[in-house]
Amino acid sequence: MIAGLYIAGHSALHRVAAGGKILALMVLGTGVFLIADWPVLAAVLMVVLVLYPLSGFGWHILWVQARPMIWLLVLFFAVQLWLNDWQAGLVVVLRLAAIVLFAALVTLTTKTSALLAALERAMGPLRRLGVNPQKVSLAFSLVLRFIPVIAQVASEIRDAQRARGLDKSILALIVPLIIRTLKMADDVADAIDARSFDAD
Amino acid sequence: MNTKDIVYIALFAAVTAVLGLFPPITLPVGVPVTAQSLGPMLAGAILGARRGGLAILLFVVLVAVGLPLLSGGRGGFGVFFGATGGFIIGWVVAAFVIGFLIEKFWHRLNVVTAAASIAIGGVIVDYAIGNIWVAAVVKISYWQATVGMAPFLIGDGIKVAIATIACLAVKRAYPLISRSR
Amino acid sequence: MITLENVTVQFDQRRVLDAISVTLTERRIGIVGANGSGKSTFVRLLNGLQTATTGTVRVDDFDAAKDGRKLRRHVGFVFQNPDNQIVYPVVAEDLAFGLKSLKLPQHEVDRRIDDMLARYDMTAFRNHPSHLLSGGQKQLLAISGVLVMDPRYIIFDEPTTLLDLRNRNRVERAIAGLDQTVITVSHDLDLIAGYDRVLVFDRGRIVMDDLPAHALAHYRGMMA
Repeated sequence: MIAGLYIAGHSALHRVAAGGKILALMVLGTGVFLIADWPVLAAVLMVVLVLYPLSGFGWHILWVQARPMIWLLVLFFAVQLWLNDWQAGLVVVLRLAAIVLFAALVTLTTKTSALLAALERAMGPLRRLGVNPQKVSLAFSLVLRFIPVIAQVASEIRDAQRARGLDKSILALIVPLIIRTLKMADDVADAIDARSFDAD
Repeated sequence: MNTKDIVYIALFAAVTAVLGLFPPITLPVGVPVTAQSLGPMLAGAILGARRGGLAILLFVVLVAVGLPLLSGGRGGFGVFFGATGGFIIGWVVAAFVIGFLIEKFWHRLNVVTAAASIAIGGVIVDYAIGNIWVAAVVKISYWQATVGMAPFLIGDGIKVAIATIACLAVKRAYPLISRSR
Repeated sequence: MITLENVTVQFDQRRVLDAISVTLTERRIGIVGANGSGKSTFVRLLNGLQTATTGTVRVDDFDAAKDGRKLRRHVGFVFQNPDNQIVYPVVAEDLAFGLKSLKLPQHEVDRRIDDMLARYDMTAFRNHPSHLLSGGQKQLLAISGVLVMDPRYIIFDEPTTLLDLRNRNRVERAIAGLDQTVITVSHDLDLIAGYDRVLVFDRGRIVMDDLPAHALAHYRGMMA
């Protein structure tokens, strides 16, 4: 799960720097909201769709990305049809599909580590605002490190509660989970200090 | 901000991610309830404003760069352009507001003040921000979006109750807010 | 040489260490005591994780009160639970973590990581997710993460408590093979039976300080 959604490949899009792709996504994300013409938006969506085979992804991968939003798109179209007209419905649907599918494409063609590294570089100028990129990068890594540990602790607590007949209660899970992981966090913080992490 | 603060922030970002792994429960009225929005409530109520807000900001940034940490395995920049994107951004503000209020009430924190703090941040603030996105993306009015959210309040009530009890229990067992000031 | 002079540690109303004075020069020092006897607090003083309420703690040329950061590089610390010590999600990244603070050139960082992985037969796990290692491998990774920093002293706080017998023996061999001065806190008395000196803690004081044969017999008598 924490491996991200990346699928290895050698296409042009795979080779573009992570920072460039994030920038393109921001431009596209803003751009489509400035366009209110459905034929233009349809053309944008076509370009995004064509990028999938060009990046080495088959229709199956495209379908996996698109499937979760199909019903949402149908719903939005219906709402627009009811409140306005079919053109307005198309604008909403095309806009959303173009952004979500392009965002998925960026994620599919970029390693998580490359995205995080780009992010760390992008944070360089924030140093002046008192943001320490080293601390932020430590925090990123710790989250990825903690997720499997917490999931493990949660399943241990669930087993213990089940043995006491409390398996239905999320509360019986949440409170011990938080207290146990806070204790763990204190130990981790000690270990980081003991390993002479230079926070300043 | 010392090492402990960084670790706590990362911890609650990770807790929020793990809450996304629980399958949604469907209430009898047919509305799905996900556990994930408990994350911002717990982060704010247990870590306070600054660390709680930063924990959820960290979570949101990791989602933005493409980690599939949202419930249902969603992630990537695209989610912020979707109808529910505003709720996710709203979580950051919600965690901060909850933490701010909990800190204000810290020395007379009880079921009422804790539940009110969590409900104001986690429900009112989050919907106030989230509904802007819903209205813009679905192209309906802000009012229509707000009315449409009414059925979800049942699940939110349950989550506020859970977060309140957790907040008070952790305050007794492992207080983190008074320690920092 | 480690020297403590009249060291007291007080948490609120509770006196955890009471006027400890001791000088340690041996290569292998064992520490035993019941839970809450002050032994963990004692070793945490030695690398600056804990500060003394009164008294002085010196390790070679470093004063724990003044040279905290240098002391931490000089004295490594291996915790009981490696899950809480491994910071990074990938094995090689975790080994690189402490090295970052030394500001070494990249090729030197890589060289040290390669050497360290080879030392405990972990080369194949270079890019492995750290949480998927076995318990014994995790403890060896935790030890490696400390060793790459090249400390002069290494403290082990109950390093074998969470391990099965086979992994316990692996860790015992790893500790035996270290050139550094080792200070081990342990409930596993066999682990320190061959050491040069053993301190027994009880209620914040050192109640016995002798060769292992004597000290451990005394401790067993206390616990009976």
